[in-house]
Amino acid sequence: MKQQRLIGVTHYSAWSIVRNGLSGNRGWTRAWRDPAPKPAYDVVIVGGGGHGLATAYYLAKEHSLRNIAVIEKGWLGGGNTGRNTTIVRSNYMIPGNTMFYERSMRMWENLSQELNFNVMMSQRGQFHLGHSPAQMDGLRRRGNVMRAHGIDSELMDRAEVMRRLPYLDYSEKARYPIFGAMFQGRAGTARHDAVAWGYARAADRLGVDIIQQCEVTGYLRDGERICGVETTRGPIRAGKVGLAVAGHTSLLAAKAGLRLPIETHALQAFVTEPIKPFIDHVISSGAAHFYISQSDKGGLVLGGDLDGYNSYAQRGGLPEVEHTLASAMALIPCLSRLRLLRHWAGVMDMTMDGSPIIAKTPIEGLYLNGGWCYGGFKATPASGWCFAHTIATDTPHDDNAHFTLSRFERGTQIDEKAAGPQPNMQ
Amino acid sequence: MIRLDCPVCGHRDETEFAYLGDATVRRPDPSITDPGTWADFVFLRDNPRGAHCEYWQHVMGCREWLIVNRNTATHQIDSCQLARSVFAGEGTMAASS
Repeated sequence: MKQQRLIGVTHYSAWSIVRNGLSGNRGWTRAWRDPAPKPAYDVVIVGGGGHGLATAYYLAKEHSLRNIAVIEKGWLGGGNTGRNTTIVRSNYMIPGNTMFYERSMRMWENLSQELNFNVMMSQRGQFHLGHSPAQMDGLRRRGNVMRAHGIDSELMDRAEVMRRLPYLDYSEKARYPIFGAMFQGRAGTARHDAVAWGYARAADRLGVDIIQQCEVTGYLRDGERICGVETTRGPIRAGKVGLAVAGHTSLLAAKAGLRLPIETHALQAFVTEPIKPFIDHVISSGAAHFYISQSDKGGLVLGGDLDGYNSYAQRGGLPEVEHTLASAMALIPCLSRLRLLRHWAGVMDMTMDGSPIIAKTPIEGLYLNGGWCYGGFKATPASGWCFAHTIATDTPHDDNAHFTLSRFERGTQIDEKAAGPQPNMQ
Repeated sequence: MIRLDCPVCGHRDETEFAYLGDATVRRPDPSITDPGTWADFVFLRDNPRGAHCEYWQHVMGCREWLIVNRNTATHQIDSCQLARSVFAGEGTMAASS
């Protein structure tokens, strides 16, 4: 049965493009199946975004589990996987974050080959601008921590940044004076939708059932233990249930009786009309909390701060539109006549220390992956890999050992921004 | 744009206000030494989708602390009261759920 359904899957290659091109492109098969839910699985992952699909893929590939389902209430990658600004980087300083994100970066570098799906990984490099001598000291320290961990990082002075990014505002009156930048050359962007689709197709080829339009409404219990989920398409029993529903983690945790150190906040992103190649890298600014890059279609993709108040509305408010665009104008004045094509918002799990959670929960049978704040997209490969390890072995991997739920009570928060327990300030 | 009806200043844009989150969280009795109780107070939130009772401060206006009942899915404001009035028993604090 399993053999039969895998036979028709096309391996993507130059040869398959030529062959299908010559035959009128009628030979392509669907990239993944659309199965009805089975009554029981070994593992059910709730959430069909990048993290959930990656988790299922690595459970099947690394841990040889075959009886896995991913359950998604909408469509694949319709949440934050499809709403982020696609930036991939590994410039984290605090122990617990540094090597986790570097694991992710190393996985990104081979992800298209791993999945046989072009995720359009573009290592165009990221400049993080320093706007004061103190910020440059901070960037120097961060860069040194990265280099001590074998992660590439270069500190550039003002003259070098002027040579590389001539379009920034270097004038006397600049709102954000530029003292230099920290540059990570391996950072860049990837195609967000392709990450969900690539993981979905690769997981499906390993026998994972991907079930869309199926919302989890509760849990099946065996005493205290969670042994499955109630869904809009009927109950599904499971040996283990993993949540990967960032943005809505608190809601699904509450159904299990858990309160979490998370608030949900809206974060907006913007894309301008397409123009010719202009911004060759990812540019971010700590002072303005602003980031911008140019997509392969030519649109400038940019984003800024949270709206600032709890929100499950997947749309943003105008004050943050003004704030983000003011930041863009202050840093890159020549953007003034560009028009916005679209802007949208996703809802983030903002944790009390700005770092994620990948851990067993206090409830037997329930595993949690969430709290991604601003950082979920870049983390996708390592998040799936570590979550799969945690679910399969019941112990965290070294790279997610710090991402516990108990770190808040134990005082071992990973507060990269030193913002304290204020989710809207992280 | 959220507009809050400040009891002192009237309808004002959200940009005049600062936000401090869930107003149903209560500082535990200082004599409680159980770290779990304090961790809950500092870190754990209900984070509901829907009715949410929350603190705002009119920092660019009268500087009063306000207790606002707002829907986190629709941003509809159901009430906006002075926090000191609510704590004096003159207003009602809707449950955050």
